Amino acid sequence: MTAAAQPLPAEGWTTADGRKIGPVLMEMKNITLRFGGVKAITDISFDIREGEIRAIIGPNGAGKSSMLNVISGFYVPQEGEVWFRGAKRPPTKPYEVARQGIARTFQNIALFEGMSVLNNIMTGRLTLMKSNMAQQALWWGAAQREEDEHREKVEKIIDFLEIQHIRKTPVGRLPYGLKKRVELARALAAEPKLLLLDEPMAGMNVEEKEDMCRFILDVNDEFGTTIALIEHDMGVVMDLSDRVVVMDYGKKIGDGPPDEIRSNQAVIDAYLGVSHD
Amino acid sequence: MQMQTPSGDLCSIPALLARNARVHGGKPAYREKEFGIWQTWTWAQTAEEIRNIALGLMILGINRGDYVAIIGRNRPALYWSMVAAQMCGAIPVPLYQDAVAEEMAYVLDHCGARFVIAGDQEQVDKVLEIQDRLPNIEHILYHDKRGMRKYDHSHLNWLHDVAEEGKAGHYRVEAELDARTAELTWDHTCVMLYTSGTTGKPKGVVLSNRNVIETARNSAEFDRLGPGEDILAYLPMAWVGDFIFSVGQSFWTGFCVNCPESAATMMTDLREIGPTYFFAPPRVFEGQLTSVMIRMEDAGRFKKWLFDHYMDVARRVGPAILDGKPVSGMDRLRYALGNLFVYGPLKNTLGFSRVRVGYTAGEAIGPEIFDFYRSLGINLKQLYGQTEATVFITQQPDGEVRSDTVGVPSPGVEVKIAENGEVLYRSPGTFVEYYKNPDSTASTKDAEGWVATGDAGFFEEGSGHLRIIDRAKDVGKMSDGSLFAPKYVENKLKFYPNILEAVVFGNGRDRCTAFINIDLTAVGNWAERNNIAYSSYQELAGHPKVLDMIQKHVEEVNASVAQDRMLSGCQIHRFLVLHKELDADDGEMTRTRKVRRNIIAEKYADLIAGLYDGSKQVSTRTEVTYEDGRKGYINATLEMRDAKVVPVAQSRKEAA
Repeated sequence: MTAAAQPLPAEGWTTADGRKIGPVLMEMKNITLRFGGVKAITDISFDIREGEIRAIIGPNGAGKSSMLNVISGFYVPQEGEVWFRGAKRPPTKPYEVARQGIARTFQNIALFEGMSVLNNIMTGRLTLMKSNMAQQALWWGAAQREEDEHREKVEKIIDFLEIQHIRKTPVGRLPYGLKKRVELARALAAEPKLLLLDEPMAGMNVEEKEDMCRFILDVNDEFGTTIALIEHDMGVVMDLSDRVVVMDYGKKIGDGPPDEIRSNQAVIDAYLGVSHD
Repeated sequence: MQMQTPSGDLCSIPALLARNARVHGGKPAYREKEFGIWQTWTWAQTAEEIRNIALGLMILGINRGDYVAIIGRNRPALYWSMVAAQMCGAIPVPLYQDAVAEEMAYVLDHCGARFVIAGDQEQVDKVLEIQDRLPNIEHILYHDKRGMRKYDHSHLNWLHDVAEEGKAGHYRVEAELDARTAELTWDHTCVMLYTSGTTGKPKGVVLSNRNVIETARNSAEFDRLGPGEDILAYLPMAWVGDFIFSVGQSFWTGFCVNCPESAATMMTDLREIGPTYFFAPPRVFEGQLTSVMIRMEDAGRFKKWLFDHYMDVARRVGPAILDGKPVSGMDRLRYALGNLFVYGPLKNTLGFSRVRVGYTAGEAIGPEIFDFYRSLGINLKQLYGQTEATVFITQQPDGEVRSDTVGVPSPGVEVKIAENGEVLYRSPGTFVEYYKNPDSTASTKDAEGWVATGDAGFFEEGSGHLRIIDRAKDVGKMSDGSLFAPKYVENKLKFYPNILEAVVFGNGRDRCTAFINIDLTAVGNWAERNNIAYSSYQELAGHPKVLDMIQKHVEEVNASVAQDRMLSGCQIHRFLVLHKELDADDGEMTRTRKVRRNIIAEKYADLIAGLYDGSKQVSTRTEVTYEDGRKGYINATLEMRDAKVVPVAQSRKEAA
């Protein structure tokens, strides 16, 4: 555990495969979240660095999704501070957070089922649109030009995620794995600094998981997007992420690179259980 | 007129490019759908793009006579790269993009390619994987930048950068490039294409400028192709047909080549482009027909009635109207109504609204499928050809189209039948040689230039049309001396939508047996409608009801085979339905989806033995190769069925 004891360099470092990890992008300081008498998160601190893939793992009910909701501004913690891009974030509405450059996907897909893939992804650009509702309704002048620009960006994402063949298909008719990909596309359309993925591989088969892994790595690599993800599949987490936070019963029980987490006794106990004899 | 006599200055593809840029400068030459929009390049722009790539290649140090391997899906940049290589005096060698690295290694080594131009990361990875065995490869260029950022770029270049560099440094190499382009003649190699080869290693077929351009001219005149045509380039670039249609004929006539956005969007793109000249192997037409029929099964009662009613009309009078034969006024009216309600919208859905000339080749097409398209008013024809002939040997002229012949000799082609029934031809398109393989060249092409096709066939009396029976080497004898033509029977089986592939055995034996592959789309849909649950291909393939259905098909085929006096011995006595699809990755088929009979016979020897020793079922274990090259095994117990055969004596009486 000597490596963890040393503080990480403030300006960042380069990973073994040549990716640049930058300074701290988001920092959670002593977060505690309560729902009435239930403590969902107890005094958790960790940071997310620019350009890294950060995983949050833990058994069921560990508080992972609550943590993600704190990051996305949906929950406001009773105690602790959230620092984003070097400034303390006051309690804000989720749409304000989205405007600041944080986008997310959901555990149980939240797309507009009746709309086409293209339109669903276009909604991701909403926070970036400048023309007002009246202009858009008339679809004239600036609004029209703007839509063309947004469409171009969206088409690049469609190309990137290889979903050209379903561009005009209503989302409701798509299989699960593709819906997940469309959700990722919509999150990407917001051009986020920080992308939050809530169980991106849940319920997927091996092939779909491999595809999704490749897309997550590609997104990180091509757009330099910082990614924080929650995931159950340990193999995926260990392969993908640069650093892992492990939670159990709302507390942080481990934090570090995958290799270190793998050999962390507290983590092994939380996942496999401890014999009480 | 310029089109009639290819004079000295039009004897290479780069020369045709220069003419097109001059004559058709503002006309579209290439379209590709990217980012959801069709991007267009005119002939003038194309000429500039190609020139820049050529200049870039010159700066990288390309030599006269170098081989440039091109690997990727159909994209304008890759077509341009081929022509750019020709301008530098080099020879393009397009490769099958779905080939695994091992297969690629052989071809890259055999041609000694110095340059590889790859479509995307996937192809680059394959080349890098085998590069240490291929000392000749000096530069790898790629078109799609995605995922390539972290690679070692000391010998790796983005094609766009190469073209930009060429543009910037054009003063240095321009004179040399122009000199090399100017010295190209009729006899320079235009392209080298590797035949997929149903047996043995692929062979590099060398085609000269003369082969390609004369063939393109003859075939374009045969079908009166002009600069206004649109084609969709979606078949493998390594296949001779694509080279002739998308490069030869396109550069000769100046028509536009459209590249789909991705393989998955091909059908949508087809509909958006609405090509006027279309080529597809039978399986594409079969696939489309199957999907139309499946959708009609689910349609409401009125729509179904409308469809059935007007399809009956079409089947009755459609082909005659297409061939310009006399048809009564009443029928013409009915057909016109059908066109309004059914045929027109259907053709639009299929993307065939504008098709003036359509071809199918490579395999026999089922008569029902063929007639379906023709009855809709789509001028679908058959041609017979091979790589060594620069495609065209025979083709069907308008108005003389039938499903069981392959037409009359193409313009400029002489065809004769050898003693043993093998088809021989001689034409301006006859290939120069097999690269580095004089023995094969000599055994295929004789001193007078006659080439043996390897197919057995005969000219039909009266019409003068050629009929192909089978591969000459596959035509054998049963133990009682009667003729064994497996392909003939397999094709009859494959005409059933439920049967995807069939392999018939029986050479030197007393009776025939068959392996059948079900078509998952058709049988799966049938299973759904009949409430048959299944969890895997294997389970569906082994379902007793599926076997019953296939047995019925086999027995119908037997009855039809029995009608043919020469081939009545080829009736199938026993059959089984295979537990896996025959696949090119397992070496069971060629990349162009032709069955490799000997490999299958070897691999499934235990199953064949079971078919002949009368076992009711046989357990087997089969090795399969996944798309990423890993191997696995499938265990299965297969049921063998007996099929009813028509006694030969009785069939003779019936036939008489």
